[in-house]
Amino acid sequence: MSKTFTKAADPIIQVLRPVSPLAWFPLGLVLFSSVKLVDGSGRTAFGASDAAALFTIAVCAMWPTVMNTAVGVRAIPQDYLNVAKVLKLSRSKTLFKVLIPATLPYMFTGFRLSLGIAWLVIVAVEMLTGRPGVGGFLWQEYNAGSYSRIILCILTIGVVGLVLDRLMSVVEQRFKTA
Amino acid sequence: MSFLEVSSVSKGYGPAWQRTNVLHDINLSIDEGEFVAIIGYSGSGKTTLVSLLAGLIKPDTGTVKLEGKEMREPGPDRGIVFQNYSLLPWLTVYENVALAVDQVFPQWSAEERRKHTEKYIRMVHLEPAMKKVPSELSGGMRQRVSVARTLAINPRILLLDEPLSALDALTRATLQDEIGRIWQEDRKTVVLITNDPDEALLLADRVIPLTTGPQATLLASIPVTIERPREHRTLLECCDFKRLRNEIIDQLVASKKKPTAAVMRKLVLPDIQPEDISLTTARALDGARRKARRPHELQPVRVEIEV
Repeated sequence: MSKTFTKAADPIIQVLRPVSPLAWFPLGLVLFSSVKLVDGSGRTAFGASDAAALFTIAVCAMWPTVMNTAVGVRAIPQDYLNVAKVLKLSRSKTLFKVLIPATLPYMFTGFRLSLGIAWLVIVAVEMLTGRPGVGGFLWQEYNAGSYSRIILCILTIGVVGLVLDRLMSVVEQRFKTA
Repeated sequence: MSFLEVSSVSKGYGPAWQRTNVLHDINLSIDEGEFVAIIGYSGSGKTTLVSLLAGLIKPDTGTVKLEGKEMREPGPDRGIVFQNYSLLPWLTVYENVALAVDQVFPQWSAEERRKHTEKYIRMVHLEPAMKKVPSELSGGMRQRVSVARTLAINPRILLLDEPLSALDALTRATLQDEIGRIWQEDRKTVVLITNDPDEALLLADRVIPLTTGPQATLLASIPVTIERPREHRTLLECCDFKRLRNEIIDQLVASKKKPTAAVMRKLVLPDIQPEDISLTTARALDGARRKARRPHELQPVRVEIEV
């Protein structure tokens, strides 16, 4: 919507976007070093490494959504905006009645890409944290030398990724606008 | 004082050095309840003109006044029917109309607004399609929704920007009759932008030809004296119709032949090719036989050129 904002934000996005998840992870550890939730038996339920893992996933996965939404907003036909202008819709009404519905298909494309990346990053981050999970399991099996399980893991990750994508497309159909 | 007054309005696009003046010195005054058709070739600036009237764009010079008040921004007192319908595709027919009604009449009760919305959908005969989204409708039906939405906000003036030019000929004729019927009912002030002389003569009180752009301007208006209600079939037999139709077409064709003044203020470079240049002092270069290969070997040579 605002050219100045696009010009200002785009370089920042383009610099942050290609940064590897493995590079974000240590920063997450530093930032959330004080996070510690303890469960009943005194074990750490949610520690710094979990917070860092979430941070990494979020930072890596948000870019497709951000960029697709920006493209979607730019692609709104002038006609729709003219309708909003002629009717003198307020800013919030224009946002909810025109901008968001018109951008939703783009946003969902972004969501699907983001979901794929999130799933990709989860495995990598779990290997780093060593917490129980599919990534941790993979690494453990490598160390144990049971290669057939590694293949099984890869297949499982792939199938789960596919299922997640399908689920997202179901949600997308549900919210179909244009 | 007239209802809608446009005085010496001009509008151009593009940066200063290659500006195209689309409209130049537009003067127009329309009385309340009048149906005026503006007719011109495609690309002559008709849509620009209607956007100016609607307030969607601002004129470079001149003013657009509605009832003596200058208009600076769009508003629901000027309803527009766009050429490409401009319906929101994620809303149903009812919701599209209701969005406009709810926005313009917030003081009414929900029941009143619903009745009002339904009344206008009924007016364009679309009750069966009320729950459908625009993509399930034909072009003619979509344009009817757009007309209903615009009429429902009860605008002071109705701007129709080539409302029917995207439709097939049969649907167009039906909708022309329908627009004529609706206008007969409440006699709103209407500005119809069109490229079809027959359409203009069928509907309008006055037809104003727009010359071909760039620097398009309005010609003298041609009053349409044909009796109302007009119908397609009877219109063709009316001799006034043929005369008026020819008059409009003659004016438009004549305006096209008129050589338009150069309006592009382009930066013109002198058209000089290397072979056009001859050295008057050829001997001056004799000394510099050896080609310079390094920067320090370059020597300034002053050459005078006759063009």
